[in-house]
This record gives sequence, structure tokens and C-alpha cells, in this order.
Amino acid sequence: MVRSWGVRIYLDHNATTPVDPAVAAAIGAVLTGDFGNPSSVHHFGQRAKAILDEARSSVAALIGGQPGDVVFTGGGTESDNAAIRGAAESLETTGRRHLIATAIEHEAVLNTFKALGKRGWRTTLLPVDATGVVAPEALREAISTDTALVSIMHANNEVGTVQPIAELAAIAKAHGAVMHTDAVQSAGKIPLEVVSLGVDLLSISAHKFNGPKGVGALWIRRGTRLTAFATGGKQERGRRAGTENVPGIAGLGIAAQLAQTKLTSEAPRLAALRDQLEARVCAAIAGTAVNGTGPRVPNTTNISFDRVEAESLLIALDLEGIAVSTGSACSSGTLEPSHVLKAMGFPAHRAQNSIRFSFGAGNTPSDVDRVVEALPRVVEKLRALTRPARRA
Amino acid sequence: MRVVVAMSGGVDSSVAAALLKAQGHDVVGVSMQLYDQSGGTETFGSCCTLDDLQDARRVAAAIGIPHYILNLERQFEDTVVKNFVGEYTAGRTPLPCAHCNSDLKFSTLLDRATGFDAAVVATGHYAQVELRADGRWLLRRGTDPDKDQSYFLFSLTQAQLAQAMFPVGALRKSEVRATAQSLGLQVADKPDSQEICFVPSGDYAAFVERRAPGAATAGPIVDAEGHELGRHGGIHRFTVGQRKGLGLSAPAPLYVLRLEPGTGTVVVGGRTALDRRLLTASAVNWVSMEPPGEWTVVTAQIRHRHAAAPARVRALSGGRAELEFVEPQSAISPGQAAVFYDGDCVVGGGWIDSATPGDPARA
Repeated sequence: MVRSWGVRIYLDHNATTPVDPAVAAAIGAVLTGDFGNPSSVHHFGQRAKAILDEARSSVAALIGGQPGDVVFTGGGTESDNAAIRGAAESLETTGRRHLIATAIEHEAVLNTFKALGKRGWRTTLLPVDATGVVAPEALREAISTDTALVSIMHANNEVGTVQPIAELAAIAKAHGAVMHTDAVQSAGKIPLEVVSLGVDLLSISAHKFNGPKGVGALWIRRGTRLTAFATGGKQERGRRAGTENVPGIAGLGIAAQLAQTKLTSEAPRLAALRDQLEARVCAAIAGTAVNGTGPRVPNTTNISFDRVEAESLLIALDLEGIAVSTGSACSSGTLEPSHVLKAMGFPAHRAQNSIRFSFGAGNTPSDVDRVVEALPRVVEKLRALTRPARRA
Repeated sequence: MRVVVAMSGGVDSSVAAALLKAQGHDVVGVSMQLYDQSGGTETFGSCCTLDDLQDARRVAAAIGIPHYILNLERQFEDTVVKNFVGEYTAGRTPLPCAHCNSDLKFSTLLDRATGFDAAVVATGHYAQVELRADGRWLLRRGTDPDKDQSYFLFSLTQAQLAQAMFPVGALRKSEVRATAQSLGLQVADKPDSQEICFVPSGDYAAFVERRAPGAATAGPIVDAEGHELGRHGGIHRFTVGQRKGLGLSAPAPLYVLRLEPGTGTVVVGGRTALDRRLLTASAVNWVSMEPPGEWTVVTAQIRHRHAAAPARVRALSGGRAELEFVEPQSAISPGQAAVFYDGDCVVGGGWIDSATPGDPARA
């Protein structure tokens, strides 16, 4: 992808990705031309409806599902909310009032669980091991015939670890529970196949794979009981009422097509960049450790730098023109160390010393060179300034 | 030169950042998050709320500088909040803004700034720094007499002053607002912050009680002769010179004369009994001169809104100083700062430990 942002290096693709020019063109075409309402009978409506249909097919192809089972949403968080709240509420009358997730889920899942917990649902958060992976055994122990829903992310946003969804889904199925996976961080990065994963619900978000922000999808296995997540007109088969975000959905469709086309070439390319960065940084700087050594998506690494506040490192790197992140972009603004690293059993200071590097389409080997040049210098400077430990 | 500007979202630090940028500096805006804001409503309407952070961010974007939020909650708690609570429970009246300046902004924030390759931290304070020919850094009052904040900066050491900039210190507030207006900054008309930022309600007693439940210990209110006149709910609720909230009825108004933490006693008396001429201060920071062994003529200020009064001061051992006013001053409160001036120039200052009526014969 051509980089339109100058000499700065962007290594925060798990937060968001640049919109591919082909995606932007598709969105622009809808905004300036095909303005129709997809629910309209006339020519203009038909044009808009055709755009939705095509996008639905592209998304279905990316995840190995049927177009009719794809519902467009306002993004990954809405998809997660719709899946969890929808399944919990539709199963309420059956007496299943128990929900299971892991301790490393995205806030979209964790805080939805908290909200349902306040309304009477029992919730269980499964632990993960030090490699950042949940053990199927843990789910087997926690699940019962009371369990309505199991929601486990496919790939973790902070450390990139991939969970054994197929095995977990089989356990959920055996107990009659609905299985949801948040695939926001895996869609477009690794092959995704709803049938072999065995899930009932799967969330994706366009802006994580070079699509626009504010649009995503929820795949719903046919026959899954789910209350509507917005009531009104009959759009999205009555599951999500409201006139569709046609430009955004058009962009999502093109982004899904591009991601699928490039999947087999991009995955090894990004993995090579990531592995190089990891190896060279850890060789050049003492007191580093990689967090999340389980199976990972190819683009992500999370590294702790002993005796360096990640907050300062992030800013110092940005002033050097290198954009990275401290775990989840949503967790800034609070003092809490990363809940993911905490769940992996790391002490608070390691969780506060960690930086996430996430690669994407525009990155090249020279980006790695520049990071490897700057990082040791910056870390050394920050370490020299660290006053004697005043850890809480 | 790279400069880190501490941006509160107010008009003063916003204009400070804009002026530095216009002077061609490589300006990096930083807002400090000093207490948990995830609750939202608790801090509404005061300095440093999420709304203020948004204002700072918008100003930074408008003038074209990067802006970051630094989470310094733990350091703020350690250096400012604990002192605030501790002073009130010890029967003293704290001055948190001065601690925040010397122990956080020009300490932790300065360290962070150094890590970002910035040589200097700038703030929106109304004060002026100047390098004297002999290599000594001077701290002067801000040009605007109504806004001067040098009192809150007295504890900056030579090393700290060398890395401090106060870009609006030579301006009047009206000029600062006009500058903001002409630059189109949306904070141009934003009201000044009034309360202590982490106690936006202004209810310091309730804040202290939440942090130190033991503070709410009842005790006697007595007159100067020790006669009990009433009871109170904890000495942290009082400050020297306070008249309201005593719950006493007396023929003449009664004021808090002193607080005795050992026995939890509040001593009250008439207005003239508040007059003191002599005070001692500790942790004295000498700015424009080395500690003077001989009496030195100054004017001195015992709280923010106090007209500096003629006095003489001399250094004592152990970083302390003794100060004698020419005329008695009312309500000298332990825990506040005594700051000594030579004209508009800060000679030094320290934390008031005690005050006595003094011996007029020595004047």
C-alpha cells in the first residue's frame, strides 16, 4: 500500500489501519453517486441494494459463511454487544443465566458482561496461561447446563495470541451453549472459516483490515436464537433496523475482498517483519521480554522493557516519528496496567512496561531498521532518567 | 529548542504554548492526569477535568503541536495529596499548588520532559525567570499584580528555575485573553480556575475525612485562658484566622488563634489576638541569595492574597529562617508559605512552622 503520511512509521495496525485507496474510491462512489435507500423499490434503491448484496457476499467469502447470515453493524463493539446481549436475552426464558468469557477479552466483551452481571446474569472469566492462551480444560470445568453463552476472542488485540476456538466451540456445543467469537483482530490476518471454527456468532470490524471505521459485521449461524439489536424497520432481516450505512458497507466489502486476496502473501511477509523486529530489539536491548508466546497472528508483538514506563516510551517514540501503542488503545486514561498481561500472570510493573508493535500493509523492512536504530537509544535515555524504584 | 508545555486546558497555558510555538520552538504539549477521571462527574467543573483535557487537545491541534496525556496519578498522590491530608490533620493549612510546582511539575514532569529531549518545561504561571549576570537564576513576580503567582513558585531550586519558562509572566491577564482571541483559541473566554483542582467542591474537610477517617475526632474549643467554650468535629476543619463554622455565640466575633493537634484543641479569641510579628519557617529555599546570617530587609507575604509587608529575615541552622514584620500581621497560618521579596524579586521562602506576637522592643 502507498503511504500517504510521509516519513512517519506506523506500527499500530491493531488499533486501526489506513483505508486502502480502492476502498476509499468505493466509498466515494457511493457518497457521490449511489445515494439511494436500499429499501426503496425504484432504480436508486436497487442500485444501493446491489451494493449491500455484493458487500455481504464479500464478507461471507472472507469468513467462509453464507451471505444471508451476515448482518452489518456499526463496528466490532456493536457486533460483540449484539451477540452477547442478543444471545443472553433470547435464552433468558430457558433459565440459562450463565455467561463465560476469558479474562483477556476486549472491553467490548468484558464491560458487556459486567452490565449483564448487574442485571442478574452469572459471569465467569476463564484464566489464561503465561503464553496468553486459554486451556479448553478451563472451559470444561466452568461450563454447565446453565450456561447460555461462551464468548472467547479469536486473536487477542494486545499480544496477538490465537485461542483454540474450534476445540472451545465443541465444548460449548456439547453443553447446549451458544458460542461467540470476537474475530476483530484475526479477520484479514489469518484464514477464518466459520464452519471449521464451529462457532454460532462471529464479530468482525472493517477498520482493522484497511476498511472504514464505524462499520462491521456479525455472522449468525442460521437457527441461532438472538433478539434484534435495534428495532424498527425490516433492514438486515429485522435484526438491525435502521437505514444501512451504504458507503461504509461498500468499503467493508471491498476491504474484505482485498484482505482475502492478499491473505496468503501478507501473512508470511508480516510475520517475517515482526520476527525480525522482535529478534533484533531483544538482542540490542537488555531487559526485554516478549509477552504472549503462544500461537499468534503474524503482525503482532508485545515487548516489555524493564525499568521503562511504557507511557514515556510511547511518547518518546512518537517524537521520533514511530507510532506504537501500550496495549489496547481504549485503555489509555486509566492507571490500570493491561488486564491482558495481568491475566497472563505478569507483575504490574511488567504490564506497565510493555509496548505493542502491530504491522500492516504499508510496512517494509526499512521500518524495522529504523525502529531498531531508534529504540535502543530511546530506551537507554529513559532508563538513565528513571529515579529509584517507587513502585506502588 | 524542544520545550514541553504543561497544558491544563486553561487560557494561560494555552497562550504559553502558542507563544513558544510562534517563537519557533519545538513545542510538545503535555497534560497531566492527576487523579482518576474514569468516574467522570466527580470532578466536573474544575481544573484538569476530562473537559479540560479536551480543551488542551483542541488548542494543541489548533496551534499545530503534538499533545500527550501523562498519567501522574501516583506521583500526585505521593507528593501533593498525602501532604494536603497530613497537613490538615496536623492542624496546619496546606498549600498544595506550591508542592505541585516544585515536587511534580518541575520534578517528575521535568524528568519526563528530559526523556523527550526537552531542555525546558514551560507553564502558564504569572511569574518571570531571569538569569543574573553572576549566573544566579532569579524568580520575579508576574507583571500583572492581580495574577502574580510567584508565591506558589518560591520553592523552585536554582536547577529547577534553570529549566523553567513562564511565557505569559510578562503579560497582563487581559493581554493573555486578547492573544488567545486573536489566535482564535476557543479557550479565550474560559473562566479562571478557583478551587484546589482535586477538591472541586471546595469541601476540604470532607476530602480529608475520606482520606483520613481518624481526622474526624471531636475536641474542645477553648479561649486563650483554656476555658472550654464548645466542641468541634476535628481540627482539620479549621484554619488560623477562621471565623465561620465555630458554632459559638459570643458577644464579640471569635477567630481561630491556633490549633493544638496533640490534644485536638481549637483555641479561639478576638481579632487582635491574631496579630503576630515573628515567625519561623523551615525547608527554606533561598533564591536570589545565599542564606543570610545577618538580618536582611525584605517584604514578606504569608499567603497568596496578602500584600507583602515590610520585614527583616535571617537564616537559621537546619534550613530554617526567622522573619520579623515591622507591623503585626493577622492570621499567620502554619503550613502556608512565607515568601520574602526584594521589590518584585523573590529572595526566598519557606514553610511557616510557628508565629509569635514577637517583642516590639526589638523592632
